Amino acid sequence: MSPEPMIEARALTKRYGRHAAVQEVSFRVQTGEVVGLLGPNGAGKSTILRILAGYLPASGGTVRVAGHDVFHEADAVRRLIGYMPENNPLYGDMRVGEYLWFRARIKGLGRAAARARVAAVLEQCGLTEVARRIIATLSKGYRQRVGLADALVHEPRLILLDEPTIGLDPHQLRAVRERILGLARERTIVISSHILPEIEATCGRVLIVFAGRILADDTAGNLRQRLSAPGETVAELAAPLAELQAAWAGRPEVERLECTPLEDGYVRCTLIGRPGVDLRPEVFERAVARGWKLRELSRRQQTLEEVFLRLTRQAGEPEPEE
Amino acid sequence: MRTYAVLLRRELTCYLYALSSYVTLAVVVFLLGLGWVSLLEAFNGETLGAPLTEVFYDTMYFWLVLLVVPPVITMRLFARERSAGTFETLMTAPVGDTTVVLAKFTAGFLFYLLTWLPLVVCLAVVRRHIPESHPQDWQPVASTFLGVALLGASYVAMGCLASALTRSQILAAVLALAMGLTLFLVSFLRASVGTGEGWAAAVVNHLSLLTHMEQFVRGVVDTRPMVFHLSWTAWLVFLTVKVVESRRWK
Repeated sequence: MSPEPMIEARALTKRYGRHAAVQEVSFRVQTGEVVGLLGPNGAGKSTILRILAGYLPASGGTVRVAGHDVFHEADAVRRLIGYMPENNPLYGDMRVGEYLWFRARIKGLGRAAARARVAAVLEQCGLTEVARRIIATLSKGYRQRVGLADALVHEPRLILLDEPTIGLDPHQLRAVRERILGLARERTIVISSHILPEIEATCGRVLIVFAGRILADDTAGNLRQRLSAPGETVAELAAPLAELQAAWAGRPEVERLECTPLEDGYVRCTLIGRPGVDLRPEVFERAVARGWKLRELSRRQQTLEEVFLRLTRQAGEPEPEE
Repeated sequence: MRTYAVLLRRELTCYLYALSSYVTLAVVVFLLGLGWVSLLEAFNGETLGAPLTEVFYDTMYFWLVLLVVPPVITMRLFARERSAGTFETLMTAPVGDTTVVLAKFTAGFLFYLLTWLPLVVCLAVVRRHIPESHPQDWQPVASTFLGVALLGASYVAMGCLASALTRSQILAAVLALAMGLTLFLVSFLRASVGTGEGWAAAVVNHLSLLTHMEQFVRGVVDTRPMVFHLSWTAWLVFLTVKVVESRRWK
């Protein structure tokens, strides 16, 4: 890890009138890291990225990118950053190659350098065959790749992607994800998303943003464990209702039990265990021991929404008012 | 400077790609054509004491073009980028606010000048049909074009400012038209307020676009209207830069 972080945000705050979109956010991103900003819509992810990209000024706090202040040394910072805003706005009336050439030139590349770099990113992003097409006629997947190519054309050290995979079909999503992973080897990347698996697939480290604050900052693996901790175990068993309830009553590892008899004689049980306890083996063993028929046994992962609600409760935050 | 050239080229090609540009050009050719017809009728068989340019500027078509065309050509400059979100990609590239504003203003102004080009053809026709013993003076023609350019610069700058203020192109056009009409209608005060004494009369007479054009079409190149239009344009461009910058301190 280099001594100077690629991004250093200190007590970053952004207010729109009385509403604080980002409150006292501090984080560091080291060179070469791939960091995901995860949060629901309106959490402040885009605002953080806009401040990093130098589009909006912060109301308070400082951000330094590679040692440059994003507000006072905006030009130096902009040269280091490749930024793809939310919804990937492009000039629809231009051709792909022409657009990238224009972007390369306003980012300060000379003619020869621009020509070489445009050819390189067209190749890199799989756009060579559509280089002569008008952007407005391209499919969403291609447009997303054009946005990505634009972010890369001046060989930035830091790449900021705001919701890069939103609205893509699974095939396109996979392609874009692979391209991002391909980049990750050489550069520092910050990606925002509200989709957990999306972030997990690409990012080594995740910052969870909620109501303008960072609630968690951890590796994707640790976070997954933490997030899926209690969960719900669902089992469908053919057994008398009373026996089932008695079997689980008084067990410390089961926090809550709900049993719903189904029409065909089975009972659907939803067990909520203590954090860190996986109830599935025990349910299976019990069913085998008592001779109950078991036709479904699964653990439901928490949805992101539940994760956020839990995290916000842990952080002692009031519920967000929408 | 290089960024300015790249941006200017982008803005100009944007005009060339847009259907609306060609519609605008067609409408202007039609209006100038009507003006041209009324001019030919005025000269039909009779001898007029007034120079060609004076007759032409006196038609309503001239003012219609001046008032309506700049809002139409400038309305998209900032408003469309704002509404499409491309303003964000543009402003997060290492380009200065002033460079962007100047490039957009220049592109709008050049396109405005382009719309007046059909008049040159009209002049060529005149030249062909007048006797060689009485050639058309080129000075009033040149000064008329100078007037067209100066007034146009003011109006294009007003359009830029209006476009920077909003993300709706329609609103930008209406705003620019309102500003432009206000400035134009001040000219008519010269017949009432302008005949009096004191500062109000002086202001009205200085601001009168009709007075400015009257001088230009007669071949009089007065520095006062030149200074007025150049400084007014510079002030509006400056304001536009401030509006574009305002996102930084809002």
